[in-house]
Amino acid sequence: MNARLLPYVLIAPVTAFLCVFFLYPFFLVAQQAFTTGNGFTMDNFREVVGYWKFPISMRNTFLLALAVVPIQLALSLLMATMVNKMKRGRDLVLYVWTIPLGISDLAAGIIWLAIFEQSGFLNSMLHGLGVVDQPTSFLSYQNLTVVFIAIMLAEIWRATAIMLVIIVAGIGLIPKEYYEAAEVFGASPWKRFVKVTLPLLRPSLQTALILRVVLAFEVFAVVAALGGSTFPVLMEQIYENQFLLQNSGTAAALALIVLAISIFFTLIILRALRVPKGATI
Amino acid sequence: MSDATVSEIALPRAPGKAGRYVYISGVVLLCAWVLIPLYLLLVNTLSSPETVNSFPKSFIPEFDLGSLEFFTGFSGMLVALKNSIIVAAITMVLSILIGAPAGYALSRFDFRGKELFRLLILLTRAFPLPLLALPLAVLFIRTGLDDTAFGLALVHTTLAIPFSVLITFSLFSGIPIELEEAAWTLGCNRVTAFQKVVLPLILPGITASAIFAFVISWNEVFAAAVLTIENRTLTAFLLQTLSESPLHLKFAGGFILVVPALIFIFAVRKYLFAMWGIANR
Repeated sequence: MNARLLPYVLIAPVTAFLCVFFLYPFFLVAQQAFTTGNGFTMDNFREVVGYWKFPISMRNTFLLALAVVPIQLALSLLMATMVNKMKRGRDLVLYVWTIPLGISDLAAGIIWLAIFEQSGFLNSMLHGLGVVDQPTSFLSYQNLTVVFIAIMLAEIWRATAIMLVIIVAGIGLIPKEYYEAAEVFGASPWKRFVKVTLPLLRPSLQTALILRVVLAFEVFAVVAALGGSTFPVLMEQIYENQFLLQNSGTAAALALIVLAISIFFTLIILRALRVPKGATI
Repeated sequence: MSDATVSEIALPRAPGKAGRYVYISGVVLLCAWVLIPLYLLLVNTLSSPETVNSFPKSFIPEFDLGSLEFFTGFSGMLVALKNSIIVAAITMVLSILIGAPAGYALSRFDFRGKELFRLLILLTRAFPLPLLALPLAVLFIRTGLDDTAFGLALVHTTLAIPFSVLITFSLFSGIPIELEEAAWTLGCNRVTAFQKVVLPLILPGITASAIFAFVISWNEVFAAAVLTIENRTLTAFLLQTLSESPLHLKFAGGFILVVPALIFIFAVRKYLFAMWGIANR
């Protein structure tokens, strides 16, 4: 076959597939959101934003992202540096730390439910220590802070691994010479981390943060398992609109809002962590 | 003065005893942080339904299969399990068949539009893709794909394709083109050279990326819940019965969700970092 045509033939299936199942639905969801049967309208958005649960679910989603992502970033950087210095047992430790990468968010929610539910392990432990006589109902309206902490812990537990993997791979690409040079000039481990590792890790940090932030605004199953209706989030509202209310117009409007938030933060991260032109490792 | 500087430089190479203990206990603590919640889920799964609902709980499993028996006996559960496997298997095959040729094209050819194509691939990763299940639900009803394993697999393939393209790209890049060129001079054409030289080398990596696609589909909750009604997958089934199902059913279900993930992550652990390292650039 003609060598000039071959690459196009090879990429044609992916391109066609993504056009039909990624770009086209993207267009459809916008169409659904902006129409109600008789032409262009903002009614869906007005209805969605006016609903009493909207500000709460918006606030909850943002609070959760704000609480979870920085902790995950710090934790994954710490874990990556720890594993980087390791001589023995590196593979085993990395396997254990990346286990949550393969675990569904629904399963993660259920796992933390085992700890936080009324007859769960946290209550059992508190009872064993003599702190409480009767099990407390942690995941209820009376204990919204505990609900939030439980969801936060489950999210940190589940999704730190994805950042860890990207950062470990990124650190592996940094040439050792930079560290040796820094050491010769007497830089402390902390100085080396701040002045060598972090700047050179920028492309990896970019990818890790984008993936993580987008996922953070998509949070759904963990919340459904742990909070249910006590802790409404945006994705749960979409699900409710689509199923309980059978209104695909309002569901699409909410979906567009989540998409807009995701794109906004992706652009911010891309800009904040951009690699200067011409600078390579 | 000079002594102090020397010891400061030597410090990171041979950290003090106290520093070592802090380091080791940190690693152990973080391993426990990942493993203990998993262990607690196991305890609940291997306990009888009565024990799971009782208080206080023992931290040691009683090795009773009652909960798992209840799970397999629960109406619709085994069908859901079967659906999950079918959807994940279709996703696995589709994402490799469609994605691998593009990965090959990216690694072997320079062609016009290559950067644009890469951008399209990277863009899909920075998107909350499950949201696109909403418009597709409408589209699928029109085309008769609604509530079918194949329809859902198509959406899951959109999720898996960016990974399969980037992973196969990195795998093919790891094989020097000289090997292929040597085969051409020895009488192979492009296709036979690929079959006899590249394919055997690439097969383990392809398997790993196929497994990764399987796990992505197996774990996905939102699109599965939106697109299936009668033929629900395991995640969709568990999600929709969350509010009414008894605790032991949730925990057994969560456990069944987790097990394949553990095995898969173990199977692909060698490729995990290569996959993500390259996926950055």
